[in-house]
Amino acid sequence: MISSRAVTLLVNGVDYVVEVEPRKTLADTLREDCGLTGTHLGCEHGVCGACTILMDGSPVRSCLLFAVQCEGAAIETVEGLAVGGDLHVLQQAFWDHHGLQCGFCTPGFLMLAKGALAEDPDLTGEALREVLSSNLCRCTGYQNIVTAVEDAAARMRS
Amino acid sequence: MKLVGTPIRRREDPELLTGRKRFIADLTAGCQSVAFVRSPMAAAQIVGIERPEGASVFTAADLTGVGSIEPILHRPDYFRAPQPVLAVDRVIYLGEPIAAVVADTRREAEDLADAVYVDLERHDPVVTAKAALADNSRIVHPGAESNVVVSGVIDTGDIDATSESAVERIELELTCRRQSAAPIETRGAVARYDEESEKVTLHASTQMPHVLRTAICDLLGMQEADLRVIAPAVGGAFGQKMCLPAEYAVLVWLARHLRRSLAWIEDRRENFTSSFHSRDHHYRIWGSFDADARLVAIEGDLVANVGAYSCYPVTWGVEPLMAMAELPGPYDFQSYRVRARGVSTNTCPMSPYRGVSRPVLTLAMERMMDVAAERFGLDPVEIRRRNLITRFPYRSATGIVYDEGSYVASLEKAAEVVDVDSFRRRQAEAREAGRFLGIGFSVFSERTGYGTPAFAPRNMDVTPGYETVEMAMDPSGGVEVRIGASPHGQGLVTTLSQVVADGLGLPLESVRVVHGDTDRTPYGWGTFASRSMVISGGATKLAAERLREAIVAVAGDMLEAAPEDIELAEGRAVVRGTDRGVDISDLARQAYHHTPKLAPEREPGLRATASYDPAGTFSNACHVAVVEVDIETGGVRVDRFVVVEDAGLLINPVIVDGQIAGGVVQGIANALFEEVIYDDGGNILTTTLFDYLPPTASEIPPIEIHHLQTITDASLTGAKGLGEGGAIGSPAAVINAVSDALRPLGVQVTEMPATPDRIRRMIREATKEMM
Repeated sequence: MISSRAVTLLVNGVDYVVEVEPRKTLADTLREDCGLTGTHLGCEHGVCGACTILMDGSPVRSCLLFAVQCEGAAIETVEGLAVGGDLHVLQQAFWDHHGLQCGFCTPGFLMLAKGALAEDPDLTGEALREVLSSNLCRCTGYQNIVTAVEDAAARMRS
Repeated sequence: MKLVGTPIRRREDPELLTGRKRFIADLTAGCQSVAFVRSPMAAAQIVGIERPEGASVFTAADLTGVGSIEPILHRPDYFRAPQPVLAVDRVIYLGEPIAAVVADTRREAEDLADAVYVDLERHDPVVTAKAALADNSRIVHPGAESNVVVSGVIDTGDIDATSESAVERIELELTCRRQSAAPIETRGAVARYDEESEKVTLHASTQMPHVLRTAICDLLGMQEADLRVIAPAVGGAFGQKMCLPAEYAVLVWLARHLRRSLAWIEDRRENFTSSFHSRDHHYRIWGSFDADARLVAIEGDLVANVGAYSCYPVTWGVEPLMAMAELPGPYDFQSYRVRARGVSTNTCPMSPYRGVSRPVLTLAMERMMDVAAERFGLDPVEIRRRNLITRFPYRSATGIVYDEGSYVASLEKAAEVVDVDSFRRRQAEAREAGRFLGIGFSVFSERTGYGTPAFAPRNMDVTPGYETVEMAMDPSGGVEVRIGASPHGQGLVTTLSQVVADGLGLPLESVRVVHGDTDRTPYGWGTFASRSMVISGGATKLAAERLREAIVAVAGDMLEAAPEDIELAEGRAVVRGTDRGVDISDLARQAYHHTPKLAPEREPGLRATASYDPAGTFSNACHVAVVEVDIETGGVRVDRFVVVEDAGLLINPVIVDGQIAGGVVQGIANALFEEVIYDDGGNILTTTLFDYLPPTASEIPPIEIHHLQTITDASLTGAKGLGEGGAIGSPAAVINAVSDALRPLGVQVTEMPATPDRIRRMIREATKEMM
């Protein structure tokens, strides 16, 4: 039996004290130990991006991190986006522009876009498509995701 | 305000956007985990299985009282190959489940599965359709005369006479390699055992909960009332989740046997090795044209590699037989002689993937048109203009009846939008500069809304088609709509709400749509084959009309007016032309709680049920791709993609455009990127998303969508269904565009995906011949 370790994770501003095996990924820990199942797993090998979260503000694949690596980092997940029932501007834009169909990849795209726009609020066109090509969506054909993020960026700038 | 036809935002979205919505992997709390031990070989005899000490391991020998998966087509040429849910004595594809391991966590179950030692004696596998058809091929299923497990022939019209009178006979050989639907969410299921009732509730990522319940109960000898199947949010399916997975049946057996709740969540590698694959078609076709460049006859030999086992319920006949029946597409000719065969191999079983055979048969007909255009010195628009069907209803060479469509109009509109003349000038200039641009057209029909009249000729033992909708207004005045369809991204909750709200004069918020739960919904066939808006939509419209009759009867009693004088609008029932009216919430209360005040013949409560089982309808569209090919690397960039779609009445235009765009992108990937690759030993080389290549936002151009709306009485709602069309037309448009770009080099693309290495090989071979 592999021994577990206590780790404190700061997720959406709340401290979670969890006991995890060193081999347990951040994604599994968020989902199983913190009860935050909005972060989804599509490939568990770092390609699809459904598990994208923000770590100290940067988008990362939570399937490629171990929970024990994340002690002390500020983690943001999709559950932290809407505040008091009000959708985040990105969520609102995805809704307005039909930027989701089955919705499985959506949390990953929202977190990717939030991190990318925080780094470059003017992201648009080809450069935006390049960033969004980090994640896979099988339903939408991407156009409405690109439109939604562009619109959200414009709303955030104004 | 009418809601039908309005691009309202989806009602499904807030819970998906906030991460509240539960997918299958979000429902595993409190469950033990199951992991499957799978065959590492494509073909082998099982010599022995050694279990790690203390581990909870189940093999076929342990599974008492479990039948085999045995989907049936009632055709003399159909070979029945019973599939054990866990391998018995032999394995016949890589990834086939051999044993199930139960442990407290997924991690422990996977560790223990790795420690199960399976002694296998390897056989040489049969991997490709070509090898399976060779005279000396090993037979995959002992007892079969050959590896051809289903076949059919359609021979109509006087093919010999028409071929003889033809001035051009064009032969084409075409291949579509194997694909995976590759939903971002893999398969998975949670079987919850309830000690009190001894019943199992199976939460499963599926497109067809009722059919899944029937299939599992048949296998395990259960009464259907003892199994509840719930489809939670499903993270994409595209056909991969419309067939019975052996793993789900094993999970239910284990939950009943162990009296525990168990979860199995597939990983991506399993999804590529063991979930259903698709396509893998190989065609030879001959088209005969008269002196006016009119297609007069098609002959063909169509082969589909259908894998190791037949899929329930549609069987391994679905790919070849649909290809044979629907190959004529939108073209007007009556002489037809085509043979289609399904060939069994030591590869993963297949299930239909968005479009089923139609992306490939559309490629065949559209390549035929472009090659003919070149022979006759016509442009691609003119050759199609001369050959598309224009009279309706039209009976095809294979006997299928098409309702009215806009085949020529969609072509003309698409040609106008892309401005072919200016493109040709730009193409010529680019060629001067050493760049290779091309344009490709694809016109197709999309048969949708298959009810039982459309399925019956296939002679499936299980004949799908109708849908039933139960509707009730409760005492608060809200309406619950219980449907047998099982949407998973199509936005059906929103579109059906639009139909109901309009039908009953209610705000959208008063309508609740319940789906994906066999204990709460009427028996139905689920969501696949572009059927739900047509069939479930039609049943919903009918049920709403019946519920409306019940409501206006009560309103008539309350307002002392004739029911035909009652109008329902804005949440009220009013006597037309007066200010006398009653709120629907008061009316509903009356119908349940004050029945003595109503006419004596009224039934208590407000409810209605309706079924709809149409013969089917045809959407149609024209797709145009503009591409640039880099002849040094073989890379293709899609610069522009235009769709002119006719899917009848658009219930929600935003959702419609989303369906089209998503399908087009899957089709572009079909044409250029995606391929499940087996080596000669039957090993899959594409088991990650690094190797199998779904497109990203960077590879895809903006998709321009235009609509025509031909309304026919083939669909009650006027909607014709369009879930698959995007994926059906786009591969041919892209491949035609690549061929057009490479015309100066003498390259005709005949295989997809047209990957860079294939394009480079074709260029090398063609230019060698030129020198």
